[in-house]
Amino acid sequence: MTGRLRLPPAVPGARILGLGSVQPDNVVTNDDLAQRMDTDDQWIRDRVGIRSRRIADDQTLLVDMATDAGALAVKDAGLTPAEIDTVIVASCTMPNPIPNAAAQTAHRIGIGTPAAFDLNAACAGFCYGLGTAADLVRAGSARHVLVIGAEKLSDWLDWDDRSTAIIFADAAGAAVVGPAADDESAGIGPVAWGSAGDMARAIHITDGSRSRAGGALLQEGQAVFRWATTQIAPVALRAVELAGLTPGDIDVFVPHQANLRIVEAVAKRLRAKGARQDMVVADDIVHSGNTSSASIPMALDHMRADGRVASGDMALLVGFGAGLSYAGQVVVLP
Amino acid sequence: MADNAEILSGLAEIVEEVAGIDTAEVSAEKSFVDDLDIDSLSMVEIAVQAEDKFGVKIPDDQLAELKTVGDAVDYIAKNQ
Repeated sequence: MTGRLRLPPAVPGARILGLGSVQPDNVVTNDDLAQRMDTDDQWIRDRVGIRSRRIADDQTLLVDMATDAGALAVKDAGLTPAEIDTVIVASCTMPNPIPNAAAQTAHRIGIGTPAAFDLNAACAGFCYGLGTAADLVRAGSARHVLVIGAEKLSDWLDWDDRSTAIIFADAAGAAVVGPAADDESAGIGPVAWGSAGDMARAIHITDGSRSRAGGALLQEGQAVFRWATTQIAPVALRAVELAGLTPGDIDVFVPHQANLRIVEAVAKRLRAKGARQDMVVADDIVHSGNTSSASIPMALDHMRADGRVASGDMALLVGFGAGLSYAGQVVVLP
Repeated sequence: MADNAEILSGLAEIVEEVAGIDTAEVSAEKSFVDDLDIDSLSMVEIAVQAEDKFGVKIPDDQLAELKTVGDAVDYIAKNQ
């Protein structure tokens, strides 16, 4: 002991050990929505690229989905719940602020007495959580961190508002972060993150009782679209640079599944800066809708199941949304 | 500084790239929404590209006022 306080030994790096995700069984198609509001399948597909989404029933809680996705990720990592010492739930749609989602989710999974906290960076939440988890592991504060993005957006939607009801949906996605034995096996690059509080009103929940939970989610569509299509590619490119890579090194691009047109616009900007034409670009929104913090880990999990990505692939993640907040990093897929 | 004819032809190229509409269709009297069937998100993409190309700022509230291609050309000419 050289200083006055003993500090935990640091490890060379962190990596993702496992993934998991769940969606409600209930599929809501564009035609289903057209029956209750003035819209149609073509209109929705043209504007947001969504064909169907999954909406939870009244009895399914956000923590139910968080629990199922988290348990799958722990299993996928080859760990037992007892080996998890920290749980982070990224969410912006808990029905009440207290208690948090993380502690009860951990308990339900069978994780005894972990450090457990929620993090609200909305649609950037998973990447915020992943960056935090990687640094906790690297600093020796945690060994195995379960990061879960879980959202029940349907509770906060005005189901008569076609500008939001067609977009958002419910799901949970999770990843387990653990130590890398050496520099060579480190699999989570530095996080490029930030916020734009001057645009706080661009995505917000109103006062009142327009949704099941209370106020309703509102979004200034054009302002958010402009911000996302111009400001997010630079964040993604900064994450690549921080990891000591070039855009051509990226095998898979997984931006938050906000709107297929934003996904395509950002991918186009990355390709203009040297990303490969054959870079796989996540399009999970088509059948999942916009699930906020759940969208990135769920897209990874689905793409792995479909064989579109493989272990060892270099994936560029970038989340962005209400706050406004944004975060991105390069990861090596487990 | 581009003159109105140059702005129109530059804008038509942007509209073609964003919305896949032939440049010949993009004339001053055409309404973006009613004649060219361009939606609000494509209008944002057009505005962003026009900002880069002509060195102007086209905020969203201003964008909503630009009903026709001619309105956009005039706005760019005045503000470049």
